[in-house]
Amino acid sequence: MFSIGLGHYLTLAAIIFTIGIVGIFLNRKNIIVILMSIELILLAVNINLVSFSIFINDLSGQVFTLFILTVAAAEAAIGLAIIVVYYRNSGTIRVEEIDRLKG
Amino acid sequence: MIAHAIVFYIFSLIAIVSAIMVTVSKNTVNSVFFLILDFISISCLFIMIGAEFLGMIMLIVYVGAVAVLFLFVVMMLNVAQQKNEWFNSSGRSSHIPVGLLVSIIIFFELIIVIGGWKYKPNLLDSIAIEINTDLTNTQSLGSVIYTDYIHLFQLSGMVLLVAMIGAIVLTFRQRSGVKRQSYFKQISRDRKDGIELVDVENNKGVKIDV
Repeated sequence: MFSIGLGHYLTLAAIIFTIGIVGIFLNRKNIIVILMSIELILLAVNINLVSFSIFINDLSGQVFTLFILTVAAAEAAIGLAIIVVYYRNSGTIRVEEIDRLKG
Repeated sequence: MIAHAIVFYIFSLIAIVSAIMVTVSKNTVNSVFFLILDFISISCLFIMIGAEFLGMIMLIVYVGAVAVLFLFVVMMLNVAQQKNEWFNSSGRSSHIPVGLLVSIIIFFELIIVIGGWKYKPNLLDSIAIEINTDLTNTQSLGSVIYTDYIHLFQLSGMVLLVAMIGAIVLTFRQRSGVKRQSYFKQISRDRKDGIELVDVENNKGVKIDV
């Protein structure tokens, strides 16, 4: 209980990952919250990588975390740009009303 | 050790609660702020277990750039007033039990994996880059990134460049009917086009025909 090991960090990452997936599934509001849920999922992955890197004493996990950070920032920028363009064209970003593809 | 545990539990509790608040918050602006809180607490955890550079980079990149980008888009799109209504969404709401089921299954799968996880027997031999405790975290990361991972590092720079150009191209809009400055016209203007000298007779004034 009082000695924090690898399992604690992995459990925290699993909980945050699941919250992110719940956020994607249950969201009815707008796409921005879905993007934020994706950020949460990437954060959980980062926690996994960093804690493994520290507890196994291998530095490459932190290097990969750095690259994941880069890709996450790029993804957020592109995703928000797409959302802005979609809002400009259709006037809404509510998830229920984005059904042009009838999926 | 106990202090370490207490700090870990405090930060992870803050992280989990704020992650929940990101998804269930009524207001999108509040979601963004809870996302910021989440990133701050996780970066505190990173700093606590010895990955100081990544913790600070997460503060700078996420709290400083990405969260501000989110806030900016929320402000620009005027969606902050849209209320969250996932439990009383009209009509077809079959996605809620399915989503909960899938999430619970994923969570238990992750927990099972964590519980049954073991080291590979010869793991310590297969370690690629050992952490040198004499150096600081930033120093050792730097010595790895610029040598062993230089190609990946430059590739991530390319990813950022492509993302920047893509975002600019996507959101750029050529508006019609907007008066713009034309440098060529401005510079090639002559004195005769702009000024006309007239002799003004007394009590007549000047007749302007535009």
